Amino acid sequence: MQSTSHRGDGAPAAARSYGAAFSAAILDPDQPKPDRITGPRGKAADKRFNVYRNNVTYSLVTALAEIFPAVARLLGEHNFRLVARDFLRAHPPRSRMVIEYGHEFAGFLAKLEPVRHLKYLPDLARLERAWLDAYHAADAAPLAPEEVGTLPPEALAGACFISHPAARIVRSRYAIHALFTANRGGEMPERIDAGEPESVLITRPNLQVKVYKLAPGQFSFIEALMSGRNLQAAAEAAIGNTPSFDLAPAIGLLIESGAFHACMGAERNAGGKQKG
Amino acid sequence: MVNELPKKPATHGRFPAFNPIGRAGASFKPQHLEAIAAEPDSIGFLEVHAENYMGAGGPPHAALTKIREMLPVSLHGVCMSIGGLDPLDKEHLARFAGLVERYEPCLVSEHLAWSTHDDVFYNDLLPLPYTNETLAHVCAHIDQVQEAIGRSMLLENPSTYVLFKESTWKETDFLREVVRRAGCGLLLDVNNVFVSATNHGYSATEYLADFPLEHVGEIHLAGHDEQEDDEGAPLLIDSHDRPVADPVWTLYEMVIARQGPITTLVEWDADIPDWPVLRSEAMAAETILKRQSIAPDAGKRHAIHLS
Repeated sequence: MQSTSHRGDGAPAAARSYGAAFSAAILDPDQPKPDRITGPRGKAADKRFNVYRNNVTYSLVTALAEIFPAVARLLGEHNFRLVARDFLRAHPPRSRMVIEYGHEFAGFLAKLEPVRHLKYLPDLARLERAWLDAYHAADAAPLAPEEVGTLPPEALAGACFISHPAARIVRSRYAIHALFTANRGGEMPERIDAGEPESVLITRPNLQVKVYKLAPGQFSFIEALMSGRNLQAAAEAAIGNTPSFDLAPAIGLLIESGAFHACMGAERNAGGKQKG
Repeated sequence: MVNELPKKPATHGRFPAFNPIGRAGASFKPQHLEAIAAEPDSIGFLEVHAENYMGAGGPPHAALTKIREMLPVSLHGVCMSIGGLDPLDKEHLARFAGLVERYEPCLVSEHLAWSTHDDVFYNDLLPLPYTNETLAHVCAHIDQVQEAIGRSMLLENPSTYVLFKESTWKETDFLREVVRRAGCGLLLDVNNVFVSATNHGYSATEYLADFPLEHVGEIHLAGHDEQEDDEGAPLLIDSHDRPVADPVWTLYEMVIARQGPITTLVEWDADIPDWPVLRSEAMAAETILKRQSIAPDAGKRHAIHLS
């Protein structure tokens, strides 16, 4: 941890600030309580200090359970809370916005030996984190179908699209869409083949977050569009790795999902067309 | 420091300029939106935790906008870390000021506590020693907040479980001095008074007798849990997960009898009940506010206070 305060954590215990003294012990149950705290009239304060330890751990573990409900359901509440507690000790939040917490959780799960057999878990966590990003993303109008319709046919191939602030894509070698749906209040199928590769598009054109399972090639197509490549280049990228890629439904999804905010024709609108 | 900050919110006419004086309010929870919208007059105002509305957009802002069109909203910050030694986080302060500008809250408040140290955020209201050094930091931080939001804020007394050996100020004296130097107001949390008094073995009544009530712009009421300290004596936890306890109602009525009606909020942040349960807690507070405002000598007391 980089110390930015005027009296850092390396100072002898007596010279530490109260912030440094609390910080050294609050996430580490093996550390004694800070020396400088006490109960009234010299009463002991170990259980008293533990109230703060419990509050901090409970509130952040609960926040993680709310951010990753499908992961929590698959691990079971007890196991999830143990995993989340270890994550919290390794990666305490650096932002005061709890809604931003847990971006490192997928990477943490990927390296966590006891859950290594649940190979789909990191990607599922990535999808759940993306879902919350979409939920809180800036508001913007989704691309209106007419906007694409008004492009002259010769401009269509060169058209570029501006992503909607909420749009996210997650690619996986595992059935993350099925696992996500079944473990976040959706219908539980009789059997999920977790080894089925599934990629997902997450959007929030208005107030409701939507999660789409992408057909083969659609991930590359949308990824290319999101990175600013034009429609023709995006289609070529998709066909390049999925020869069976079908362009018409992909364009349909592009419009219907609300993944994009605006579009602009090739040379005709080189300056770009922005909505207010 | 000279206090020349306006006490009242600047309004831009984007939302109605309600005045919740003499009314009671409740914590706003999104699951209650529909029930509140069906009967907005049934509550005096709503309070939100600022951090829940610091995302860029989406459903939280849509809900708060809808609420704000119907009712006054009080903005309650939880993570500013006013009681920390580290400088305030400029981005966080800017987001906070942005919410004040956007929603024109009737009240703005924060805590005498800290939550961030060396860039790590603990998501809890942690205690601080009361010394000349912390007093200077708290006042400078409040100054910075008030500068950013262009109006005065209320500072809330904490509920605590431990004491610091190095403290040299009584909490009530510390708060009075903060008000004098920083020109802020106070948010009196009566449940916090009861929790801290029980935990530290002093009299809540005497604490309230010492409290600078004339600077209180809002009162908080909430429920608490009971555990045990190291010696097996009761240790109260500020849990906000149940109705307000009877002794807290008694202390509250005492404060209102002494000071006249003060805008009052019932907080409920965990195990959240259906709206009618929370609303009935707020109604109970409003009954006390009304009883004291029509009591024969209440007006006189208030007049004395105003002069």
